[in-house]
Amino acid sequence: MSDTRRLPGLKGFKHLKTGGPAGENLSLLVMLVLLVVVFAIASPRFLTGANLGSMGFQMPLLGLLTLAMLAPILSGGLNLAIVYTANISGLTLAWTLMQFGGPEAGIPAFILGCALAVIVGALAGAVMGGVVAYVGAHPILVSLAMMIFLRGLGEFLTRGGDISGFPDHMHTLGHGSVMGIPVPLILFAVIALGWHVLLRRTPHGFSVYMTGSNLKAAEYAGLNAKRTLVLIYTLSGVLCAIAGILMAARFSSVRVGHGEAMLLITVLACFLGGIDPFGGHGRVAPVILALVILQVLSSGLNLVGANQHLSTAVWGLFLIAVMVLRSGQIQRYIGLLSRKDT
Amino acid sequence: MTTAPAERFALRLHKVSKAFGGVQALNKIDFEVRAGEVHCLAGENGCGKSTLIKVVTGVHQPESADLIELFGARVDRITPVQARQRGVSVIWQDLALFPHMSVAENIAFDDLVGLRPRSVRYREMSARAGEVLERLGVSLPLTAPLNDLSIAQRQVVAIARALMNDAKLIFMDEPTASLTQSETDRLLDIVRKLSADGVAVVFVSHRLAEVLEIAERVTVVRDGNLVGVYPTEGMTQARLGELMTGHLIENKVDARDLPDAPVVFEARGLSRHGEFEDVSLTIRAGEVLGLTGLIGAGRTELAHVMMGMRRADAGSMTLEGSAFRPGSIREAIAKGMAYVSEDRLSLGLLQKQSIADNTVISVLRQLTTASGLISDRRKADLVRHWIRELGVKIGAPEDAISTLSGGNQQKVVLAKWLATEPRLLILDSPTVGVDVGARAGIFRIVRALAEQGLAILLISDEVTEVMHHSDRILHMADGRIVQAYDPRTVSVPQLEERIYA
Repeated sequence: MSDTRRLPGLKGFKHLKTGGPAGENLSLLVMLVLLVVVFAIASPRFLTGANLGSMGFQMPLLGLLTLAMLAPILSGGLNLAIVYTANISGLTLAWTLMQFGGPEAGIPAFILGCALAVIVGALAGAVMGGVVAYVGAHPILVSLAMMIFLRGLGEFLTRGGDISGFPDHMHTLGHGSVMGIPVPLILFAVIALGWHVLLRRTPHGFSVYMTGSNLKAAEYAGLNAKRTLVLIYTLSGVLCAIAGILMAARFSSVRVGHGEAMLLITVLACFLGGIDPFGGHGRVAPVILALVILQVLSSGLNLVGANQHLSTAVWGLFLIAVMVLRSGQIQRYIGLLSRKDT
Repeated sequence: MTTAPAERFALRLHKVSKAFGGVQALNKIDFEVRAGEVHCLAGENGCGKSTLIKVVTGVHQPESADLIELFGARVDRITPVQARQRGVSVIWQDLALFPHMSVAENIAFDDLVGLRPRSVRYREMSARAGEVLERLGVSLPLTAPLNDLSIAQRQVVAIARALMNDAKLIFMDEPTASLTQSETDRLLDIVRKLSADGVAVVFVSHRLAEVLEIAERVTVVRDGNLVGVYPTEGMTQARLGELMTGHLIENKVDARDLPDAPVVFEARGLSRHGEFEDVSLTIRAGEVLGLTGLIGAGRTELAHVMMGMRRADAGSMTLEGSAFRPGSIREAIAKGMAYVSEDRLSLGLLQKQSIADNTVISVLRQLTTASGLISDRRKADLVRHWIRELGVKIGAPEDAISTLSGGNQQKVVLAKWLATEPRLLILDSPTVGVDVGARAGIFRIVRALAEQGLAILLISDEVTEVMHHSDRILHMADGRIVQAYDPRTVSVPQLEERIYA
């Protein structure tokens, strides 16, 4: 086994698509079980309701943003503006609530605020999608420009400060539970299921995969690839807005820049979940498994007393390890070994 | 350079075998190439041609070999580097060049890379690259990025790169697959020049006509076995096709008269500035109309207008009696048009996606249920139906389309369009990269479709193809339809002469 001189570069990524979805889920599940067992042994508090509950409150925010990142990647692009779209949408909600008396604002005001937030998020996404589809600009540049625009705009409007003082009922959204299940987790589960159905079962989702694989060929086959792109970035913006609303409810305040660190983690979760970075391949379920794994790692390390920054470092190492394990060469060795066994 | 008697052969292989898993890719193959000879290696896809090249160039090690001899010297084990040092070069179909680097850099590439860091002397590099091109009798802009060049010009760059490495034996894998006739002619001239210079060229091609034109001898391989080595003198295309596939391929004019069939498509005075002018044509139900001419004559552009990808400046089209002016591909498809693109690799199919997805991509609406979701069962049924109907050889429908051979990929393209139940099927160079046996299979399907009443426009620059598979032929040149022919009253050489004159 000394012949592993060629290190897997991008080839490792490309290989993701050849590992079937079942295999992808299985290997992630094995990883997850291993991690859970290790942490359960290392810390008696790991498998307690309190810890699981806190994980259930923490994960959905990152999860929603990851789903918002996932769809543009499938379409062959990227959305770097997710966090700031969420922030701006959150601001929209906050301002609406302020108009109706801040902490005294009623449920109708909250609903109106959410609707406006979703419209703002959708608009940001639609603009990006439109430019990507009809101008043909690269999604990285387009979404980067949108990200900078939204950040600047938000900081200008808030002068860099927080907006807080929300009504109590918003607290339920961020911190409440129904039959012991955190409300944010329920919200995330519903949206993730919807996202899965949209991408895997509808003609629009099919079109996203095909467009991500080869836009020109998709058009030659009669798909409306440009409309597909506009729609998928718009939907990504809508998910960002929902994440922004949840963020406001979780933190009881809105500030431009909240959750900035999550941007790259969402990309990481997508690749860990087997999404082809070049578009056209990938599923929702393994990405959710990847999110759970990241959450388990971070909560587990926290429980055994590790520094929070260390857990970020471990995430990075973990991703590199996964890429190496997925590389063609290693898989061939595994194949050879298992052939000898049988 | 003195030529010792032992050096009469550039390459000699005796009883070379290579297996992959359980598949015997090469079975005791003998292969000899004389110095300075143009030799053709012929055989269908998967017959072992590529494996043979890879054994000679050291990419694969043979399981067993009685003799491997390069330029008169026996070699036990070749590595890719040694093969290159000894003067063996391969020009693969994808050329393996660097699109963003200049012509000169591409030609001199192997001089640029090395273990020791050193500065690049661009002037010297350009001068040497220029010399090599001059030797080939070609002039190319040395500083232009490769991206700006046509495929034919890139091919020349690849050849120049091989010569830069003092290649004395060059393998060319399907070099003419994406070239026009005049470009092919120029390439063949270059090959002759190489041969006159003492460079042996092994030519791998599906196009039997040019094989017979360029090569002195042809080695035919079938299913990993050597069929034989034949002089091209006195060999016919039909005989060569038979040797390659193992059965006789009938290629005869089979035109029919369909005066009573209803007109499906009609174009009158169709023009698009700078592309084609005053094109009028009718296609009847059940008819195969051949459209031939040089690439650049405006054939593909005409097809694009018919498919709504571009708009005509003047003229009108009717489809099944009503005015037809599609604003998009989607509209054209909805009205019953189907278009098999000439570029199967990047436009006709989504290479990374599955066979199933490629089959159903144009008929998603047929698969959705009342709830707006795609029915997996309907999708599987549709795929199974067309795979069986067209006899596509596949592993599983979920496999990537890129796992299929060219012929089977093209059948999936046909399946995709037939699923849309078209009225008019446009086939734009449908057999590019499809081997002889599979071509016959594709044209059997085309004929059967015509018999069922489908109107077909067959665009091809291979004269034999339109002669043998069309009911009528239109010749297009410089954007105009110059003449109509009846395949029964014109011969292939006559038609070729008119087109290439």
